[in-house]
Amino acid sequence: MSLMGFLRGLWGAFLSIIEMLRGLWTTFRSMFETPVTYQYPEVKRPVRDRFKGRHVLTRYDNGLEKCIGCALCAAACPAGAIFVEAAENTDEKRFSPGERYASTYEINLMRCIFCGYCEDACPTEAIVLEHQYELSFTSRRDAIYTKDLLLVPVPPGGEPTPQNVPVGMFNRAIPEMKDPA
Amino acid sequence: MSLALLIEWAIKSVVIILIILGGFAYLTLFERRVLARIQTRIGPNRAGPWGLLQPVADGIKLIFNEELIPAQADKVLFLLAPVITVVPALIILAVIPLGPEVTIFGRSYYLGLASNVNVGVLYILAVASIAVYGIVIAGWASGNKYALMGGVRSTAQMVSYELALALAFVGPIMLAGSMSVDTIIEGQRQLWYAILQPLGFLIFVIASVAEVNRSPFDMPEAEQELVAGYHAEYSGMKFALFFMAEYGKMIAVSFIGATMFLGGYLGPFVDRWPLLGPIYLFIKVVALLFLMVWLRATYPRFRYDHLMAFGWKILLPLGLLNVVVTGVFIVLVGG
Repeated sequence: MSLMGFLRGLWGAFLSIIEMLRGLWTTFRSMFETPVTYQYPEVKRPVRDRFKGRHVLTRYDNGLEKCIGCALCAAACPAGAIFVEAAENTDEKRFSPGERYASTYEINLMRCIFCGYCEDACPTEAIVLEHQYELSFTSRRDAIYTKDLLLVPVPPGGEPTPQNVPVGMFNRAIPEMKDPA
Repeated sequence: MSLALLIEWAIKSVVIILIILGGFAYLTLFERRVLARIQTRIGPNRAGPWGLLQPVADGIKLIFNEELIPAQADKVLFLLAPVITVVPALIILAVIPLGPEVTIFGRSYYLGLASNVNVGVLYILAVASIAVYGIVIAGWASGNKYALMGGVRSTAQMVSYELALALAFVGPIMLAGSMSVDTIIEGQRQLWYAILQPLGFLIFVIASVAEVNRSPFDMPEAEQELVAGYHAEYSGMKFALFFMAEYGKMIAVSFIGATMFLGGYLGPFVDRWPLLGPIYLFIKVVALLFLMVWLRATYPRFRYDHLMAFGWKILLPLGLLNVVVTGVFIVLVGG
């Protein structure tokens, strides 16, 4: 080995030792930064508006359910997580403004992949993926969310379903896409 | 041998083992908290105040783990390996004095088990090298290719770095003119050997990190290549024993480093209040342990051929150079 080569190697070693010390300094400095941790059960990180959490079945302002039992959500679901059974509305026992309503509505949250296709498929914007993400269950049965768990509470000023409404007030198979008064 | 002396020695032995065992438990917590802080996280803080019960929770969890012995394993060696690994880590502290002589109730006690042995440093090196058998046997007995590779790697690595480690010890031995740990500490009354022997101290730090298989020299357990290396097949308390050995060796190596290079229990006012000695030693040990965690948080793992090349082609010649320079220095200055 020539002397020049040896000196060059020594200089290279010196430079890499400087770099290693810089690395140590960087990690040491980061000890004094504020931790990014959220102390989870006590402090919850707010989710984005577009966050897709657990589904809810929404209502109109007057308390009628938006879901008309068409089962398009079940058809769109890639995981086969949704089961819908429809029944006829009557004016004495009216659940939704359309011709039919969902008498059974079940989502198996162990199957659901939270893709939001059900939301897109719904013609009445009845099913919405909301911001609830604390979804742990202790049994397989608890993972199946039934209609009474999914349905939002009656808004103030509305009435609970089934409602007794005047004959001829609702005569469409599918309600118009604005609030039926 | 009088009964009092027997009791004194029994208590000292128990204390030394408790230092390693308790130190092991809380070193895991210390490491996790420091690593978390370096990565701007908080770390385990749920079990008890500031997470202080976390090691207890981990221990309970490991005790209740299923103890699995693979069908292909050599049962006797498989059970023996964790024991062989953990025992050297427990007994290595025997020659490290924890403090100077203290007088309690008119009887003077020596804070250390056998630190006046005249081959103390040799004992340290001898005992430290037994641990490699445990690792190799564990790798062999598991009947698992990853474990075997981990074991083989650790043999090569520990044998190579032990040379550099021994050469790093030669500096303090030459300066003190003795292999007795007590004499080496006394020799540092004016100036630490870390200052007189900066190169030796550097070699010691690097070689000791490699010797205890810590990152960036954690080749034997390299998760990305070898799953977990030599302890891939171990579970439950047997796994915990390997962990205990690794952390116990970290503590032992820090004690040795603090004693050989950082003046051991010596510090201001230690002659007037001898009980300050253990406190100084504790601070130095914690500083060295922090250094090890800090290194782990900073550097990526070496490539295996780089590791061997570094050990044989750089560290060993540097160690020899250090011995020669120290010898010349002693002859010229006159010790």
